Amino acid sequence: MIKVEHVTKYYGAFPAVRDLDFQIQEGECIGFLGLNGAGKSTTLRLLSCLLLPTSGRVTIRGIDAEDQPHEIRKFIGFLPDTPPLYQEMTVAQFLRFAGQLRQMSSGQIEKRLPEVLDICALADVADQDIGTLSHGYRQRVGIAQAIIHNPALLILDEPIQGLDPVQIVEMREMIRNLRGSHTILLSTHILSEIEQTCDRILVLNKGRIAAQGSEVELASSYGGESVLEVELRGEEGAAKAALQKLEGVSRLEAQVLKDGLLRLRVFAKGDLNEALSRALVEAGLGLRSLQTVSSGLESIFVNLTRGQGGTTPATSSAGAAASTTQGKSATEGEAKP
Amino acid sequence: MKNTLLIVRRELWSYARTPSGYIIAASILLINGLLFNTRAVGSTPQFSSEVLQQFLIDAGGTTMLAAVLFSMRLLAEERSQGTQVLLFTSPIREGEIVFGKYLASLAFLSLVVLLSLYLPSLIFIRGKVSWGHIAAGYLGMLLLGASTLSIGLFASSLVKNPFLAVLLAAVFVTVLELCWWIAQITDAPLSSVIAYAAPYMKHFHPFRRGLVQLSDIAFYASTIYLSLLAATKVLQSQRWQ
Repeated sequence: MIKVEHVTKYYGAFPAVRDLDFQIQEGECIGFLGLNGAGKSTTLRLLSCLLLPTSGRVTIRGIDAEDQPHEIRKFIGFLPDTPPLYQEMTVAQFLRFAGQLRQMSSGQIEKRLPEVLDICALADVADQDIGTLSHGYRQRVGIAQAIIHNPALLILDEPIQGLDPVQIVEMREMIRNLRGSHTILLSTHILSEIEQTCDRILVLNKGRIAAQGSEVELASSYGGESVLEVELRGEEGAAKAALQKLEGVSRLEAQVLKDGLLRLRVFAKGDLNEALSRALVEAGLGLRSLQTVSSGLESIFVNLTRGQGGTTPATSSAGAAASTTQGKSATEGEAKP
Repeated sequence: MKNTLLIVRRELWSYARTPSGYIIAASILLINGLLFNTRAVGSTPQFSSEVLQQFLIDAGGTTMLAAVLFSMRLLAEERSQGTQVLLFTSPIREGEIVFGKYLASLAFLSLVVLLSLYLPSLIFIRGKVSWGHIAAGYLGMLLLGASTLSIGLFASSLVKNPFLAVLLAAVFVTVLELCWWIAQITDAPLSSVIAYAAPYMKHFHPFRRGLVQLSDIAFYASTIYLSLLAATKVLQSQRWQ
């Protein structure tokens, strides 16, 4: 659906993105991951025809974004980092206007409006002025204007920015519901967002694609280590022996609990959930629970944004957060559109 | 055209909902009233046509002021509030956005100009002027306002801050009027070429005298066309930034 060929974009002398080259298929949900100033917003603005590349070519459904942006705009919905809202309009009025801008007939708008209000949980505030709404509601109105015309391509720049935890869960649920029927591109610097909603990840670092692929693909190529927590009944030695045989397991930490129970933290590359449970059952151990504490994405992200391709272990959230802060200060001087 | 009307409707609705439009309109009407009583009518006996001409001189100036003030929010505000992203990611042409916003602000400005019609009508109480003279004067005022508005719209397309936009529009208009004064100290034929650029001093005064000339109408029409075209090109060029 989207083809980006060797795209570079300069703001003055500053290269915001350099030599981007990727393709996105119809129906995919793609996450653009990167620190602030990595080029995420610029990439999304290039794809939504708001900006033209300095060099390179963007085609969407075979239409050239430079020559025929208006054709492309017919089937895209875009939520920029600041939602484009007219403060003096009510939510319903604004969404009607957004629908009319996207060439919807009044019949289509009146049919679609209740659906969108429902999807975005806005029915309660439909007749309220946008200027009086809280940040979370405004963000939802921003999403609603992007989906009112049921666009084939939905581009969301930092959709969960500034939302509270409850709203984040709702927003995630909403994006998940939109998957399949739309091609979705979203950007974020929050790892859990990408893990939980996207099929494929493009990691941007200093304007370049540092890596792309599914979470599992990235884990195998860039040494992302996931952490699994297993609770079982049995001998510590037997459990460790069973798990160490598995390919990909790098480290085990055991903690003896009361009543003969044992908790094991397994540090491993790739998706080992099935193999791990099978190994434990075959060893005659009583597997009680198995959960992923941390996926490999955090360590991949840290590795990539540090400019390393190696396998620096950084599996804890605290480690990832600390490194993220480090990276932020390093890129603070970079311009953001 | 459908898209243009969509923009016109939203803009007019926005004018009606926000206080700035009313404040500007009320201020201009108040100033017009005061100027009519103090400068046009005055305290000494005058011919009715002189009263009308003096009123048109003043009202032409206040119309330009109103047009500059109306134009400031048109595009600059969309840019500063980020709402132009909605327009620019919709299948609507830049020219339609510019023309729609222009038409809406022109409608509002025309309303303000026409609301002042009661002032020259007062001349009929104790004197007599021709309706043709009033009509010519008001046509001139509308054209002067329309061209100033288009220059203001162009200024509004250049900057993000509405106040900077109004300042820039005022500078553009002042520079054009200064051409008239520059022409006074320049030799012919250059002087007539330079003087041609002044919308008020050169092209409005015939209307004030009740004279409708095609050359003046052509000047205003071409100023509007060029300004709107320039504003459209500025919007289109923003994709390159």
